[in-house]
Amino acid sequence: MCTTCGCGDETNTRVSTLDGIQPIVEHQHPHDHAHPHDHDHPHDHAHPHDHTHPHDHDHHPATITLEQNLLAKNDLLAARNRGWLAGRGIRALNIMSSPGAGKTTLLVRTLTDLGGHLQAGVIEGDQETSLDADRIRAVGRPVIQINTGAGCHLDADMLQRGLDALDPQPGSTVFVENVGNLVCPALFDLGETAKVVVISVTEGDDKPRKYPHMFMAADLVIVNKSDLLPYVDFDVDECLRQIREINPHADFLVLSATTGDGLAAWYAWLDGSTSRSNSLTESLSDAH
Amino acid sequence: MHELSITQSLVDAVLERTGERAVTGVNLRIGPLSGVLPDAMRFCFDIVSAGTSLAGAQLRIDEPQGLGRCRSCGTEFELEDLILLCPCGSADVDILSGRELMVISVEVA
Repeated sequence: MCTTCGCGDETNTRVSTLDGIQPIVEHQHPHDHAHPHDHDHPHDHAHPHDHTHPHDHDHHPATITLEQNLLAKNDLLAARNRGWLAGRGIRALNIMSSPGAGKTTLLVRTLTDLGGHLQAGVIEGDQETSLDADRIRAVGRPVIQINTGAGCHLDADMLQRGLDALDPQPGSTVFVENVGNLVCPALFDLGETAKVVVISVTEGDDKPRKYPHMFMAADLVIVNKSDLLPYVDFDVDECLRQIREINPHADFLVLSATTGDGLAAWYAWLDGSTSRSNSLTESLSDAH
Repeated sequence: MHELSITQSLVDAVLERTGERAVTGVNLRIGPLSGVLPDAMRFCFDIVSAGTSLAGAQLRIDEPQGLGRCRSCGTEFELEDLILLCPCGSADVDILSGRELMVISVEVA
């Protein structure tokens, strides 16, 4: 266990519905998903697989070449998630921000405003509690809470388990609210369709420079809490300029999930970010 | 502190290949743009490798230079961080190297 921040192993990860107090036992669903049961169990250090020891008769010092990406396992699982989602026409949006930027508020507002026009479920990632999932559930949407325990980010394996539990409808949208953290989630591909990074005007316009990995990974950057702009020293143009230094291609929106200012552009982005989305209203489709 | 789970991936990947043979050295390549701090990897390695056949192995980390090429003017230049700004002022830059995050090889006894 890391003694700096306690982050790390997945032994404490819990995936739960809000229907009961029981955590979901992995794969208690029928096996109608294409998820093979090869989750990584990172703590079985003593791999007793004799057949994987081709040279165990050879005790001379030797160099074994691996040439392997350290994120290969996660990337492989992410690729599998991506295929699983694509095969069902499901769009998964990985929503990331620092804690308190307004991810959940934005999702609640979005799901409320779009109502039946957007078929969507939510996977909530937090270290502890189901407080965010409770807020999503209050607006009547399917939601799964993943508690990472000591972990500081969601990874592809957790998303796979979350998708198993959520069982989203083909053609629907899955919002994945990552653990509030601008550092670690940037490195872990989940297999999502797009990465959305939310910053709020109370955080300061220098966030892109401070956390370049996150902003480099983003497909869309949302500046939230625009209603507070008159009261804080946040330069929207400067923020956009910093983002452009790191990521020339990300989309950029300024909005307030509380007042609703700018939300039309977010809904238009949602409508335009997938070619197969027929689930939004016709009235929204001409805005993009 | 994503370095801990990445270090766990490292130890798992090595153990898959080496089994119970004692590992005396691990050679990594970690670029300055990878988002992973070599020092944090070293810190985590001691913790994660404890009790495995990697315990006590020497961790050698090659830290290659980051290189970018400007899509506007074609200049190649060193990248020390992810602020991708060409001397010509353009921010439209290809990263040629520096994002490496690899285990290259291991030495077994």
